[in-house]
Amino acid sequence: MTTAEPQAQKTTVTVTVDGVTFEAQPGELVIKAAQEHGVYIPRFCWHERMEPVGMCRMCLVEIEGGRGYPPACTTPVADGMVVHTQTDAVKQIQDGVLEFLLINHPLDCPVCDRGGECPLQDQTLAFGPGESRFVEEKRHFPKPIPLSELVLLDRERCIQCARCIRFADEIAGDVLIDFVDRGDRMQVLNFEEQPFDSYFSGNTVQICPVGALTASQYRFRARPWDLSTVETSCTTCSMHCRGAVQSSSNRLVRLLAVDSEPVNHGWLCDKGRYGLEWVHSEHRLIEPQVRDGGVWSEVSWPDALDRAADAIETAKELHGADAIAVLGGARGTNEDAYVWSVLAKGVIGTDNVDAQLGDGLPAEFVLGMERAEIADLDRARAIVVLDHDLRDEVPVLFLRLRRAVLELGVPLVDLAPAAHGLSAHAAVIARTVPGEPLAANVHDEISRACEGRQGRVVVVVGRGNLAAAADSIVGAAAELARVHDVRFLSALRRGNVHGALDAGLAPGFLPGRTTLDAGRAWFTDQWGGVPAERGLDAEGILRAAADGKIRVLVLVGADPVSDFPDATLARRAIDAVDTIIAVDGFESESTKRAEVFLPCTLWGEKAGTVTNLEGRVQRVGRKVAPEGTAMDDWRIAAELALRLGRDLDLATVDEVTDEIARVAPAFAGVTSELVKSARDGAVLPVAGHLDEIVLRTGELSIMADDGSGTSWDPIKVHGEAPEEPADESEVTAHVDAPALHVWDRRAPQPEAPARDAYALRLVVGRALYDDGRLVSETPLLQRLVRDPDLRVHPSDLARIGVDSGGQVKVTSTRGSQVVAVRADAGVPAGIACMDFSADALGAALLVDAGQPVVDLRVESLR
Amino acid sequence: MSFFDESNVAKAKEILARYPRPKSAILPLAHLAQDQNGWLSPEAMEQIADLTGTTPADVLGTCSFYTMLKRRPCGKFVVSVCTNVTCLVTGGPEVLDHLEARYASEPDVTVEEVECLAACDGAPALQVNYEFHERVSPSSAVEIVEGYRSGTRRARTVSGATVA
Repeated sequence: MTTAEPQAQKTTVTVTVDGVTFEAQPGELVIKAAQEHGVYIPRFCWHERMEPVGMCRMCLVEIEGGRGYPPACTTPVADGMVVHTQTDAVKQIQDGVLEFLLINHPLDCPVCDRGGECPLQDQTLAFGPGESRFVEEKRHFPKPIPLSELVLLDRERCIQCARCIRFADEIAGDVLIDFVDRGDRMQVLNFEEQPFDSYFSGNTVQICPVGALTASQYRFRARPWDLSTVETSCTTCSMHCRGAVQSSSNRLVRLLAVDSEPVNHGWLCDKGRYGLEWVHSEHRLIEPQVRDGGVWSEVSWPDALDRAADAIETAKELHGADAIAVLGGARGTNEDAYVWSVLAKGVIGTDNVDAQLGDGLPAEFVLGMERAEIADLDRARAIVVLDHDLRDEVPVLFLRLRRAVLELGVPLVDLAPAAHGLSAHAAVIARTVPGEPLAANVHDEISRACEGRQGRVVVVVGRGNLAAAADSIVGAAAELARVHDVRFLSALRRGNVHGALDAGLAPGFLPGRTTLDAGRAWFTDQWGGVPAERGLDAEGILRAAADGKIRVLVLVGADPVSDFPDATLARRAIDAVDTIIAVDGFESESTKRAEVFLPCTLWGEKAGTVTNLEGRVQRVGRKVAPEGTAMDDWRIAAELALRLGRDLDLATVDEVTDEIARVAPAFAGVTSELVKSARDGAVLPVAGHLDEIVLRTGELSIMADDGSGTSWDPIKVHGEAPEEPADESEVTAHVDAPALHVWDRRAPQPEAPARDAYALRLVVGRALYDDGRLVSETPLLQRLVRDPDLRVHPSDLARIGVDSGGQVKVTSTRGSQVVAVRADAGVPAGIACMDFSADALGAALLVDAGQPVVDLRVESLR
Repeated sequence: MSFFDESNVAKAKEILARYPRPKSAILPLAHLAQDQNGWLSPEAMEQIADLTGTTPADVLGTCSFYTMLKRRPCGKFVVSVCTNVTCLVTGGPEVLDHLEARYASEPDVTVEEVECLAACDGAPALQVNYEFHERVSPSSAVEIVEGYRSGTRRARTVSGATVA
């Protein structure tokens, strides 16, 4: 950097803290600027992701020329400011604050969950007086009391920093806790019978600077110094929040959020944070099994693999490769998905492959749309939401969206079919009617929302309604693609669905976002062959199976009976297939009829890479050894390939990562070395995002490593921009490699029938706590599942003649069932909303995949 | 289901219209609710949250700061007896003990001990529904309360509002 420029252009301010002089951004807070330059100022209430409040008084400092001792967390830096944090006066203040906090704080550290990683404990040691003059009896409360099923409160330990209350209000928008009885008996509390049921409540436990909030899951389970930790990404949904997963005695015990600037900002949802127990469920199947004469028996891996390979080979010989189909692959890593792609498309030769289960969007659209990154939300001209409720589907993306709208003032254009958590803050609301095109004036409305603003328009698009064909969403997206400078952010929710699609687990595609036709020559070279024609998607596969055309169905962590929107079709298909080969951790409705069961590893048991909804490739870590003899999915595929006559020559997961980087065009440059060294991973295709790569300069550390004696808060991994600009040639695909697929913006015309005045059009979304395996095998989360009910506008309720909470009979072309109904003013008249579930009460029995929309007849039972 | 009765729904609307931010109406609405039912019930707080666009936890947090807002059912008459320094030395505690014993089984009278009422010049002092009475003795205190009970004295509401 040159210093010859005149100082007139100076945009930073010069600050001196404890003799260290540095440049800081104007407006930056003293506490943060000092920390970034190596001076740690103790604090309890200040958290860098929340507004400062200056409540705890622990960060008071001396500023030359100023009066009194201002809090460093509420004081912005100014040019020429000289700050002292270690003078006698400041030390006396720190002593006093800590002595005061400890008047009532119990010294039960040996039995406190927080002991050993407690900011109060650490800062008392580093900054406190060491002795107290207060010998009186401390304040007592019954301990603990539940704030919710997940979070327990020990009021004696609370130091009233309001971090939890501020998080619930500022970040999550769930004002369910507040200070009650302000005064000497002040306590954090929820209202009466209304528990702290926020999807994000676990974050309050992590940011509590003492042991006042504890997690019912982790309470008394472990001591922090006994835990071993691995950095990972949470794959509960497609956001892939960064986390640190910890285990004790080969069991996962805790997942902590790591603060990743591009992704999760240090937050996790409760489903991701607490969804650990399922990995160790007693219902896991951990040995290979085959069925003989209708009876399961455990067999050795070679026997089970032989049996599976024989079934595939026989079906291929007798009926052709098209008689074999592979469903699933979105639950594993990119490596798992890639090797399954090689097996299906390169070795078996079938293109009847789909990682989505009819609950997503066409691969042509997802793989070819012009993509936005999550961070683009913050600097967007406007955000358009074309989905249902992100809070239930991709919870932490909801937090990022909420921040962009509320804190950064980005206008929100709400095109969801019903009101959701952000509708109250929308600049424009134009409800989309399933099966009908967008409102004619939507472009005018978007322009109005954007007025006077710069940047891109980001459209968040997901499969918000499982009861309407995906075509209508693609049609709406095509319409929105006409907006000037628009980018799309996929909100497909299933774990690693984007990684699986990128790896080619979709009909008509090959790994690296290239179509079957474009990539034919290149992949024939690499793999020795690819399917001749585009195959079937999940719906097509299930229909073909129901017609007896699919002889062998391989389910790679997929359960169509429970997950495909139309359960009737899925069940018919499963019943009609000759042979089902299941690769899974559990028996499911779909695998009950399987002939071969191959147990695979789950999250926490496998290493590799995953791709999130913005196309960011990050690592997942292996923390525990798999149960039984469970194998990684990719290794199972490689073993099957070997038995089908092809040695893929892949021995380690890194070799798979490197092969993907070499072969799959969109992954060019994403080598195992890059994903290990890039702190925040890399966004595909890397060539377009090189300047975003930050190299890690240290490993993740939960306990403090900077000598300040303070605990993690928030947990970060150090990194820095590379010194030399990266070499573009290393991240550019081979010259012969096929081009990336581009969405042609073709808009399928929805052909929905007109709504008749007596019917309600069905919108089926996903609830966060659904009947999926992760929830049903994690008892703690199982308790949070709501019974699905039908939500309709109060005027429709009056017309039907039922009170809110009553029972109604609903009838679709698929059949009838009785459900509870609830008035919801957020649902437009003529629409009925329901959460997806596959059990007897669920929407899956009402959805008919053959219809563009589902219209319900709703009748009172009287 | 509305907690406020018909005339109070209209009053609540009037109160809300006074403030640029609906949240500011929490306290006056809490008084209105208390005057309707004699105490601030959870149902009342839920409706106040609804009216002000806040949450019940928010309303509880605000209302629990003020001892004038009763979160348990109390009598029609709230007798607040001061036992702070001046009243302490002039007989406040004796007044309190006497009243507590006298009205222990009378549900329409709630006797409470309070901090300084800022009436030290007239100690010992008490309030009945926030109406001041000074230089009281155990017997005159009972007389005063009985005056309210029989209707010879006109009482304010439990929130201290004058009755027209």
